[in-house]
Amino acid sequence: MSDSQPSACTEVTLRVTVNGRAHTLETPVETLLIDLLRDTLRLSGTHPGCDTSQCGACTVLVDGAAVKSCNLLAVQVDGSAITTIEGLAAADGSLHPMQRAFSEHHALQCGYCTPGMILRGVSIVAEGIPADEQAVRHALAGNLCRCTGYQGIVDAVCAVIRTTPVRGGPR
Amino acid sequence: MITPFRYARPDSIDAALQLLRDDVDAKLLAGGQSLLASMKLGLAMPSMLIDLAHIPALTRIARAANGLWIGAMCTHAAIATSAEVRAVAPMLADLASHIGDQQVRNRGTIGGSVANDDPAADWPAGLLAGQAVVHTDRRQIPIDHFLLSMFSTALEPDELIVGFQVPAMPAGSATYLKIEQPASRFALTGVAMVRRGPQVRIAVTGLGHGVIRVPAHEAALGSHFSLGSLDGPNPVTLDPAEAVGDLHAGADYRAHLADVLIRRAVGILQS
Repeated sequence: MSDSQPSACTEVTLRVTVNGRAHTLETPVETLLIDLLRDTLRLSGTHPGCDTSQCGACTVLVDGAAVKSCNLLAVQVDGSAITTIEGLAAADGSLHPMQRAFSEHHALQCGYCTPGMILRGVSIVAEGIPADEQAVRHALAGNLCRCTGYQGIVDAVCAVIRTTPVRGGPR
Repeated sequence: MITPFRYARPDSIDAALQLLRDDVDAKLLAGGQSLLASMKLGLAMPSMLIDLAHIPALTRIARAANGLWIGAMCTHAAIATSAEVRAVAPMLADLASHIGDQQVRNRGTIGGSVANDDPAADWPAGLLAGQAVVHTDRRQIPIDHFLLSMFSTALEPDELIVGFQVPAMPAGSATYLKIEQPASRFALTGVAMVRRGPQVRIAVTGLGHGVIRVPAHEAALGSHFSLGSLDGPNPVTLDPAEAVGDLHAGADYRAHLADVLIRRAVGILQS
């Protein structure tokens, strides 16, 4: 038996980097990642939607991979780097290319799904998915939008894929 | 609201087993993509979660004797993009790439899915048709004897899946087709078909009672692999009594979908 076996606990000391900033947080183990972001760190751009891992409004990036933060415990991302919608724009306020593309292609109406859509869009580009409507729609399957009909969102993601230099293919 | 629990993060299989033995109400946490959802609904109220994410031995994918080894904690995304899986059993990579959505695939694991044995899950179908062997901490169980009925497996309460040994399934010998339930992306009905020599294995998921094989279809296709073997004067069809209806689809519709998908799979594996 490993003598380094950690005993069971009800609270953990989490070390996470959120939007480039390191945090050490005492956290009850049942805290969901979305609640850590919204309630503890006051980053309310990550939106709760269905709370059943279907709508994707709560999508954030964990070490670059898109996840649904309503369906993940904060302890599961201990040691990781998290990106939320607040972390995309540059320090001077200039928008991330995906944010600009969403604006240019009218990819949002009410805006509720938009943070999750944009972060999923960023990860789609990183995965090396081609600027092909069908491929992008499949890749966006985990994000629901009840306003736009998706066309503007698909156009925006395809536009960013086309203008992003290829970096050695998919993750 | 999740009922409070204790959390442990063992770094070895032995340490995880010790924790599991010491608390009968503990549950193993793999990716949590089903478990956390059921905890939120109060359907699961474990006293402790034993997080398996920090045991490196469980995340290995490798070529193994006559096929593949896939560790229990491999995510669907890792399997979908694995060069080894694409080379040795491309059907499994394809199946993995259509589970849920990318966010779910980035966290959900093959071991978690098989241990949960959701009656509409994809892995049970692919592994049952593919004749996988489930390796646990103490024994090796052929998949046919592992999946018992919906949400029920041969795992003992203190037993842990280490990984899966899957015989090779070259391109063109195996396929997985499904019609998705569009919200959850679980299979409304899914069919995995594998040809090895004259032997044909077909597993159907999403019918409601848990994944099943379809012996009459397998026998007909085993004697001669063609649509004609299914659609002769006495067509081979699935009995709707094998299926259960719910708000998404009736039993007869699910059975019909299975028959349609089985025929499409024959068409794919014939060419």
